[in-house]
Amino acid sequence: MLDKHPTLANVAPEPGVGKPNPILEADGLKRFFGGLHAVDLEHLEVERGTITSLIGPNGAGKTTLFNLLTGFDRPDAGEWHLNGGPLVGIPSFRIARSGMVRTFQLTRSLARLTVMENMMVATKDHVGESFWGALFGRWRHIEAANEKIALASLERFGLDHMKDEYAGSLSGGQRKLLEMARALMVAPDVIMLDEPMAGVNPALTQSLLHHITNLRDDGKTVIFIEHDMDVVQEISDWVVVMAQGKLIAEGPPEHIASNATVIDAYLGRHHGEVP
Amino acid sequence: MDIVKILIDAGRAAIGVPAAAYALSSIGLNLQFGYTGLLNFGHVAFMLVGAYGMAITVDLGGSIWLGVPVGILAAVILGLILGFPTLRLRADYLAIVTIAAGEILRLAVRSSWAAPLTKGIFGIQRFADEFFDLNPIPVGLYGIGRFRFDERTVWVLLLGWSLVALATVFLWKLTRSPWGRAMRAIREDEDAALSLGKNVFGYKLQSLMIGGAIGALAGMFLAIDQQNVNPDAYIPLLTFYAFTIVILGGPGTLFGPIVGSVIFWFLFEFLDGVMTALIVEMDIGFLDALDATDVGPIRFALFGAGLMWLMIYRPQGLFGSKEEMLIDAR
Ligand SMILES: Nc1ncnc2c1ncn2[C@@H]1O[C@H](COP(=O)(O)OP(=O)(O)OP(=O)(O)O)[C@@H](O)[C@H]1O
Ligand SMILES: [Mg+2]
Repeated sequence: MLDKHPTLANVAPEPGVGKPNPILEADGLKRFFGGLHAVDLEHLEVERGTITSLIGPNGAGKTTLFNLLTGFDRPDAGEWHLNGGPLVGIPSFRIARSGMVRTFQLTRSLARLTVMENMMVATKDHVGESFWGALFGRWRHIEAANEKIALASLERFGLDHMKDEYAGSLSGGQRKLLEMARALMVAPDVIMLDEPMAGVNPALTQSLLHHITNLRDDGKTVIFIEHDMDVVQEISDWVVVMAQGKLIAEGPPEHIASNATVIDAYLGRHHGEVP
Repeated sequence: MDIVKILIDAGRAAIGVPAAAYALSSIGLNLQFGYTGLLNFGHVAFMLVGAYGMAITVDLGGSIWLGVPVGILAAVILGLILGFPTLRLRADYLAIVTIAAGEILRLAVRSSWAAPLTKGIFGIQRFADEFFDLNPIPVGLYGIGRFRFDERTVWVLLLGWSLVALATVFLWKLTRSPWGRAMRAIREDEDAALSLGKNVFGYKLQSLMIGGAIGALAGMFLAIDQQNVNPDAYIPLLTFYAFTIVILGGPGTLFGPIVGSVIFWFLFEFLDGVMTALIVEMDIGFLDALDATDVGPIRFALFGAGLMWLMIYRPQGLFGSKEEMLIDAR
């Protein structure tokens, strides 16, 4: 087992509990699709510099919550703050720039850009990306520096040999890897991964897990959605459980594994009861 | 049938005034469609505001050199007006709004209430004298054999192809910069671009305005050559010429619009010559029912069929990369 984060040691494992140093706070966040309460949270805090797993059955509202937090969907009610700053009504691209970057459950590779271009396009505050800067700015040295960073990252994700291929020619698993590497190029404080391990081979999963722990150790906050309980147990500092849009439990991984509410949510309410 | 004459005429068309004008116009459309993925079905509207902006300026007593920036400004403003409400919506909305805007503008400049400025159905003439007065080329015919242009045409062609060259250098600078890379990322997947912090709306607006301004330059150039702007010239067909050219040359390629335009106008003239010869001169039984006035419509039908063939078998255009086409966007 990898080392757990110390700051959460004294936090009570109760849904909606306050954390000592939260980077992300959400209050009363609600999203309805017709009569369906896809997300209906009272309060959620995510501790800075930890790996927080978001788990729950299919359709629990995990992806919808990601969409709300990152501005890809608008909530029907509620507010949320990143580093204390309110994010209500802020467009998604600004949320990404302000330091919270997400990946998608269904990968979104930029098919007719090369793998390297996929990486390079993700860098932020680039003078060459403005119209006047592109024409008259000096951006070649920025490109060269970014390319070095990108190449190192591609190596870590085992994609460096593909750097000049079109991203559209990658396999499904490789696209997942590229998407994660690309999100990191934005240099976010909070990185939100929607099932990053789905379709990635087990050997690579291990190295990815290692990579995610490194990110945390560098001070980044990782929130990730995952269905594989072994993976969740292995790397999470904290686990948040959703079911039917609600936050039903949270706590350290050991606590969650034995939590009756969580088991109910996954297996149905009356499992094991004699009728 | 005089095949040599037909080929010479087609060759003249391939480097002629319409070829230069549509190469320029298509460079603008290519930025929007080929690099950013915008469906601007009203490119003709940008050509119209460019031409009218210039003509009206001169008509009101201004210089043509003031008219040019006025025309460009008009196109930029049109891009803002069309883009602002639509570019946040799905791609098809822009297509619907632009095609409608083209028709609305054409009918507006044609209407009697706009006539004090636009001269209604009569249009505005002789506003480019200042440009032709500058022509340093001595009177005469230039070229080889029957492949010749008079001094006026040479002067106009010089302007046209210089503009094409300038616009190409401009696009070359832009599209190989990080700005161009962000544009292509948006073309591939807007949500992915948003998730990486790109201001997708802002980029699309820029693309629409810049591409539109280049379209306006093309409109001005055509108007200068004809010394005439007339509402009935600005029909949706012009937009579809430009689309055909962009697709023919390969969307999202630097030289695609130029190559596409040259081929387009060569074929246009060549088919015209061959069909006229077949129908009028030759005594071919099954063609007897046709006469010279049928050539135009048949030519359009052939172009339509050709475009369909391209879209099915070579959507990357004649010169686009095969590899790129094989990648079925997701
Ligand atoms: N755009 C939408 N329109 C209507 N209903 C939606 C929409 N998006 C999500 N839903 C519904 O909201 C609920 C939550 O969906 P969500 O994608 O957030 O689940 P999830 O927890 O990510 O599930 P999974 O683990 O399968 O990815 C589901 O019942 C889904 O059908
Ligand atoms: Mg999901």
